[in-house]
Amino acid sequence: MADTMQFDLVSPERRVASLAVTAVQIPGADGDMTAMPGHAPMITTLRPGILSVQSAEGTKDYVVTGGFAEIGESLSVLAEKALPRDEMTQETFAEIIAEAKAALNTAKEVFKNEPGPVDDAAKLLSDMVALGGHIGLSAD
Amino acid sequence: MPSLKDLKNRIGSVKNTRKITKAMQMVAAAKLRRAQDAAEASRPYTERFNAVLGSLAASVGGSDSAPLLLRGTGKDQTHLLVVMTSERGLCGGFNANIAKLAKQRAAELVAAGKTVKILTVGKKGRDAIRRDFGQYFVAHVDLSEVKRIGYTNAQDIAKDVLGRFDGGEFDVATIFYAKFVNVVTQIPTAQQIIPASFEATEDAGASTLYEYEPSEEAILADLLPRGVATQIFAALLENGASEQGARMSAMDNATRNAGDMIDKLTIEYNRSRQAVITNELIEIISGAEAL
Repeated sequence: MADTMQFDLVSPERRVASLAVTAVQIPGADGDMTAMPGHAPMITTLRPGILSVQSAEGTKDYVVTGGFAEIGESLSVLAEKALPRDEMTQETFAEIIAEAKAALNTAKEVFKNEPGPVDDAAKLLSDMVALGGHIGLSAD
Repeated sequence: MPSLKDLKNRIGSVKNTRKITKAMQMVAAAKLRRAQDAAEASRPYTERFNAVLGSLAASVGGSDSAPLLLRGTGKDQTHLLVVMTSERGLCGGFNANIAKLAKQRAAELVAAGKTVKILTVGKKGRDAIRRDFGQYFVAHVDLSEVKRIGYTNAQDIAKDVLGRFDGGEFDVATIFYAKFVNVVTQIPTAQQIIPASFEATEDAGASTLYEYEPSEEAILADLLPRGVATQIFAALLENGASEQGARMSAMDNATRNAGDMIDKLTIEYNRSRQAVITNELIEIISGAEAL
């Protein structure tokens, strides 16, 4: 079994990270999971959360806001937004929260009688808030 | 025959024009590099995304439970044409070529008895299409305030398009943009985004059997709207590079033409100056002979 695998973290605008890793903790939609070399091929969607990458240089955390991960020979994470945790400031976080709140409000207006999309938006918002709590940023 | 002063003024003004077009060319060259870098940077995402989506679509597609975005509404009565052009002119045939392709498609669809709706991105294309197909306009996206095209711009457009699709406003959506080949060649392209169409992905899909979490259908339903945004984003970036490329070569031509014109005008100027001198000499000599 190989000790490391290739890991790519890409957002639509740029390639955020690309390196050989030993393990990656992924915030999957159905719960966190850790992918290590030799993991069964898998595709999962992401919830907003922290992606923790362990490589020879140590552990590095990234904040992702959704997207999906493809685990195969290598691991590719395609995130809507992805940035290193230390680049996540209170302002950026406030922006993201505001966006999620606005999405929830539009969902409430547009889908008055359908709970599905509203619940989804509400879950997204609460995930975001939880994410903020996790890294020590407040949602208000 | 224009006077010497007139000629001199014209030479001066053409020289100024040349300075401006030269400057525009250099600005376009710098922007082109940035636009190309942006397009390059987004490529890994788009490629991976399409590969995964393609293999997912291949395994789920065809079944009746597949999302509407993938299998379509089962009709092709109403077409939405998303025409993406630039906000600025002076870029050669860039906008005209995209508009021409879109108009051609619109005319075909109308002739075939289909309903056409047009969503324009960028005001130049809007102006070009308004005269013939203005009555089909449903919306316009203004990007003139946007300095650098970001993914959020694409998301906004995608949201608008998807909202209309969910509202049953159209059956088929096609985007029009110019594919960047090199500085002198940009190919106006029409690409169908709804229902999603994928090139055959024989290598990625067949060889690996993935596990899916949550279910295959849920992932597909989550990814398809993102796919629309991704395709629009890729098209916007491609368009951005094409626009700068087109402007660069257009301004290069303009600069060269201005140079040619200055040469011609200078020759004319020298000739008439010579003629004036000759005339004066003749007058002096004939005056002296008369004495």
